[in-house]
Amino acid sequence: MLGQGQTQTVKVERYTRASRVALPVAAVIIIAAATIPAWGSSAVMKQSVTFLTLLALAQMWNLLAGYAGLVSVGQQAYVGIGAYTLWVFAEKVGINPFVCVIIAGVVAAAFAVPTAGLAFRLRGGYFAVGTWVIAEVYRLLVTKISWLGGGSGVSFNSVARIDRGTREAVIFWLALGVAVGSVVLVYFLLRSRRGLALTAIRDDETGARGLGVNVFRSKLWVYIIAAFGTGVTGAVIYLNLLRAQPEAAFSLNWSALMIFAVVIGGLGTIEGPIIGAIIFFALQQFLADYGTWYLVLLGAIAAGVVVFAQRGLWGTLVRRRAVDLFPVRRRLCLETVCFVEESPRQSGEELGKLTEGGFGSPPEPGSS
Amino acid sequence: MVWVNDIIQGVLLGGLYALFAAGLALVFGVMRLVNLAHGDFSVMAAYLALVIVGSLNVNPLYSLVFAMIVMGIFGYAIQRGLFNFAMDAGPMQAILATFGVAIIVQNLLLEGFTANSKGLDAGRIENAFIRISNQVVIGWFPLITLLVAVAVLLGLQIFLSRTRLGRAFRATADNQRAAQLMGIDNRHLYGMAMALALAMVAIGGVFIGIRTTFSPSAGPLRLIFAYEAVIIGGLGSLWGTLVGGIVLGVAQVLGDHIQQGWGILVGHLVFLAILAFRPQGLFARQAQ
Repeated sequence: MLGQGQTQTVKVERYTRASRVALPVAAVIIIAAATIPAWGSSAVMKQSVTFLTLLALAQMWNLLAGYAGLVSVGQQAYVGIGAYTLWVFAEKVGINPFVCVIIAGVVAAAFAVPTAGLAFRLRGGYFAVGTWVIAEVYRLLVTKISWLGGGSGVSFNSVARIDRGTREAVIFWLALGVAVGSVVLVYFLLRSRRGLALTAIRDDETGARGLGVNVFRSKLWVYIIAAFGTGVTGAVIYLNLLRAQPEAAFSLNWSALMIFAVVIGGLGTIEGPIIGAIIFFALQQFLADYGTWYLVLLGAIAAGVVVFAQRGLWGTLVRRRAVDLFPVRRRLCLETVCFVEESPRQSGEELGKLTEGGFGSPPEPGSS
Repeated sequence: MVWVNDIIQGVLLGGLYALFAAGLALVFGVMRLVNLAHGDFSVMAAYLALVIVGSLNVNPLYSLVFAMIVMGIFGYAIQRGLFNFAMDAGPMQAILATFGVAIIVQNLLLEGFTANSKGLDAGRIENAFIRISNQVVIGWFPLITLLVAVAVLLGLQIFLSRTRLGRAFRATADNQRAAQLMGIDNRHLYGMAMALALAMVAIGGVFIGIRTTFSPSAGPLRLIFAYEAVIIGGLGSLWGTLVGGIVLGVAQVLGDHIQQGWGILVGHLVFLAILAFRPQGLFARQAQ
């Protein structure tokens, strides 16, 4: 349980005291949450689904930006694709809508491949807007295809026909599943060989490449996995909403949601998006009556946090301490002292490289 | 002849996109920042002009000067007050900070001016046109827009190549650190670049406000058009942005001609095609 390589005086640890406590606590919370359908009201369940899906979306966006340095503002494409895949397979093909949730993820991942083929030619800020344009293309295509309901959208009749109690309970469990699943996925991904490569890329892309990490392939993998997770989550969101319109399903607001939650909580940690989602959701509840002011406030908080507390709330909290609830970092222990692996360096050197270009020197087109 | 007319209209529309694209390209060129609030700043300029027109009852073309000055000062202030710090934090932080500002601006405008579409009324010039043949008609206002865009780009070109500040811009674009060692205060310089970019974007914002209507949610699409023009033209090429804008404008007008309502989508597809087959853009300084 303790370490990887062990010698007499030196050992490498990943588990921390906090993480040993965190696992059973998390298990208790999840089991308690799973019983909500038995006693919670319909409103409580709807709200919980909103929160849990937000958490999953944030977790997926964090995987992209926090680890692979891919700042995408086009993840709404996969929410929309998830929603419309659900509709096609549930209404047109006639598969059980709850099963369609997985298909939605697979289809989203399939769309991610050609999308990445184009978007990966761009770097940093240009990558961000590029993903957004591609998401717009998907939205406009859906609007133009009358078979997909055109601009007026579609209804999930087969879902609505399911008995209300059953429907709400299953949707809730699915939402709980995607939230827990997203955390578990990121956790195990980061502990794997590929995760080590990703952490290396996050800290220093050039250095990682020098050590033989295939940067392009690692990023592509992350992009596809994030699309899968976002697609599944999109399908669950629209199971809950029962109606989808291209304007809303492919709305930039989905990306704003993910970005704000991750940025507020802390980029490049598993805990960050969880904290961020909780804060975001709480603000949403508090400020719901203030309409647009709440988005103004969120934008201000996000811009403020990103500039003045770069590691987000979680990152700032655990900065010099090893309070990892999800032990993905390794620590070198010499008899009594433990050295924590350097915390995420948020500079994202590689983004600076995107950026060779402008009036002076031309940019490097295409990616590695 | 209908096609000729379409192409002419597309070229004229392209002038408008070039006005947006030049500011985006300038900011990126000098400080490597992709300003996601670019489009929202142009909408902000249009509302600024609207307020001036409403309170002083002047032609919006006069309010343009005022809007440019205010946007310039605003640009300098936000660059030195926020974006410079964001850029210190890292390139990713900088992008995210501009995204936050974009959301703030959109929603503040929504709060102040409601979601209703507004327009700027420039009087007779809006509807005046030159009739070349029965099918080819050139509106005076779109023509003026294109000429202004060319003049702005020309002015920017002269500014960058002939003036002391322009030289500092180019030096910083080439090598920020070396420029700093030569005594260039890059924080001030970035402020000036953003001020200049927002003054240019104010022209675009007011002109598009006269040409059509605008609402607080119009910003993102303008950012996308500006961005597409920059990429199509080729990063690092000032005149490329004009060509990029024109290619995009022509694609949109022709797209709309073939099938009503498909213009924007066709514009996006042309952009993606360029990205797929000529990612360095049509006019990149050097192909690599």
